[in-house]
Amino acid sequence: MRFRAKIVDVACLNHFTRVINTIAKLAKTCTLRLTVDKLYFILTDKVANGGVSMWCELNQGNFFDEFQMEGVAAEHNEIYLELTPENLSRALKTAQNAKTVKIKLTNKHCPCVTVAVELPSLSSSSRIVTHDIPVGVIPRRLWNDFREPSVPDFDVSIYLPVLKTMKSVVERMKNLSNCIVLEANLNGEMNLKIETDLVSVTTHFKGLGNPPWVSEDGSQNSTQDRDPESMAEARIDIRKLLQLLAGQQVNPTKALCNIVSKRIVHFILLHEEVSLQYFIPALA
Amino acid sequence: MPLSTQPETGDDQYVLVASLDNVRNLSNILKAIHFKDHATCFATTNGIKVTVENAKCLQANAFIQAGIFQEFIVQEESVTFRINLAVLLDCLTIFGTNSLPGTSTALRMCYRGYGYPLTLFLEEGGVVTVCKINTEEPEETLDFDFCSTNVVNKIILQSEGLREAFAELDMTSEVLQITMSPDKPYFRLSTFGNAGSAHLDYPKDSDLMEAFHCNQTQTNRYKISLLKPSTKALVLSCKVSIRTDNRGFLSLQYMIRNEDGQICFVEYYCCPDEDITESEL
Repeated sequence: MRFRAKIVDVACLNHFTRVINTIAKLAKTCTLRLTVDKLYFILTDKVANGGVSMWCELNQGNFFDEFQMEGVAAEHNEIYLELTPENLSRALKTAQNAKTVKIKLTNKHCPCVTVAVELPSLSSSSRIVTHDIPVGVIPRRLWNDFREPSVPDFDVSIYLPVLKTMKSVVERMKNLSNCIVLEANLNGEMNLKIETDLVSVTTHFKGLGNPPWVSEDGSQNSTQDRDPESMAEARIDIRKLLQLLAGQQVNPTKALCNIVSKRIVHFILLHEEVSLQYFIPALA
Repeated sequence: MPLSTQPETGDDQYVLVASLDNVRNLSNILKAIHFKDHATCFATTNGIKVTVENAKCLQANAFIQAGIFQEFIVQEESVTFRINLAVLLDCLTIFGTNSLPGTSTALRMCYRGYGYPLTLFLEEGGVVTVCKINTEEPEETLDFDFCSTNVVNKIILQSEGLREAFAELDMTSEVLQITMSPDKPYFRLSTFGNAGSAHLDYPKDSDLMEAFHCNQTQTNRYKISLLKPSTKALVLSCKVSIRTDNRGFLSLQYMIRNEDGQICFVEYYCCPDEDITESEL
């Protein structure tokens, strides 16, 4: 089992740092899955994290100049690691104006992800900062727990409004209530609602547009038969929603959500070759 | 216009209707009196007065004149209700406190009368928020009976002259002692804290002093914990008028210029803490 990768481009480094910072905001610990082409950050829906799950996928080619990995076996050419993304985020803080950043899997007392940062130096000798981040190697029999979640059979799929506006609305609403109702229809309208003994607040967004989804057999999704005015709604934990809105640093070019009435809200943020999926279950 | 999407039931059922192109002209001034969550709103054709009190010793009033609003209709002689100020401020700032330059949040505020919620329609960039805030039974507010004919000493200062002093008040001191006098030291702020006493004197001919009308030497103490919240108003203001009456009651009037250059006032009244005898001076 071997893994080593290198970033030299500043823009790639900044982008990678922003992705890691986002992951760190969304998950205390997560699974890092490495394949030949991709990196995945995975949070499965355990009760301990409130039933929230995450799936973030990036193409290594967009970030790394060198990327070598050798999995546990030729027919299972993958590596699964358990890590605290906050540690990786902290290691990358020292790498802000680095010449190169090398990330490799090492074994020092325990398995580690070692981040070696080469900083610019005035003299001929280089300055290198090394971070050893302890990780857990996940055995192959547990890999099945980390399958990509399928897109749920949603009632309504809709593009999200400007995330900055949505964030400030949800921030204020969080001061007033613990849960929020997110509802949307196929007419490009979305509402955010809270209601308490003191106050009820509803924010109406419109003209958002509904993304076209084509199912695998080529036919349009079943949502086609739905009355465009009819709202699908889910009541979710407002802190989980704010965590996503406040934590994300990927500045997505496309952001959308799928609502399964009274069951789950599935968020998808896309930025070039990064995709972040986030699932928030509905409250009873 | 998004704001007209509300049902056309007519405005005549409302006892109070107020519209504002820039909601910050209201929210900023309400922040200046937000040290307790309960506020009493009192509207007449002249405008709205919002009152917040603490410990029966301190009262803060924010005045927003009818002219500040683009539309202001009061159907009754006066309309009074009590409201949770923290909730009101969260609703008013729902689109954030620092909107992009060139964009502002528009507000339309309606109240149908006793027992009804206060309804806010807010709009920014085509996004509309509707808030219904439940109102509460209005309570009698304190009457400080602060009458200008009883004023003994009055000073008008440019606020910057007082801002630093208030921001750095020694909070280990229980009181702020204010001395106003026709003779030296003219205007003195004193604290008595763990690390010793501090005195801050303002000369009468200072550039910061806009007016100085002191008729007799007066030294009064005020609870520092009560006066500290007035810093919020001081920060926003351009001028402050400091007055004391023959009972030692303190009035601080802050003149606040909003983003559109209009003037609003916030006023704090405070009771003196105790009588101090000559021997303590």
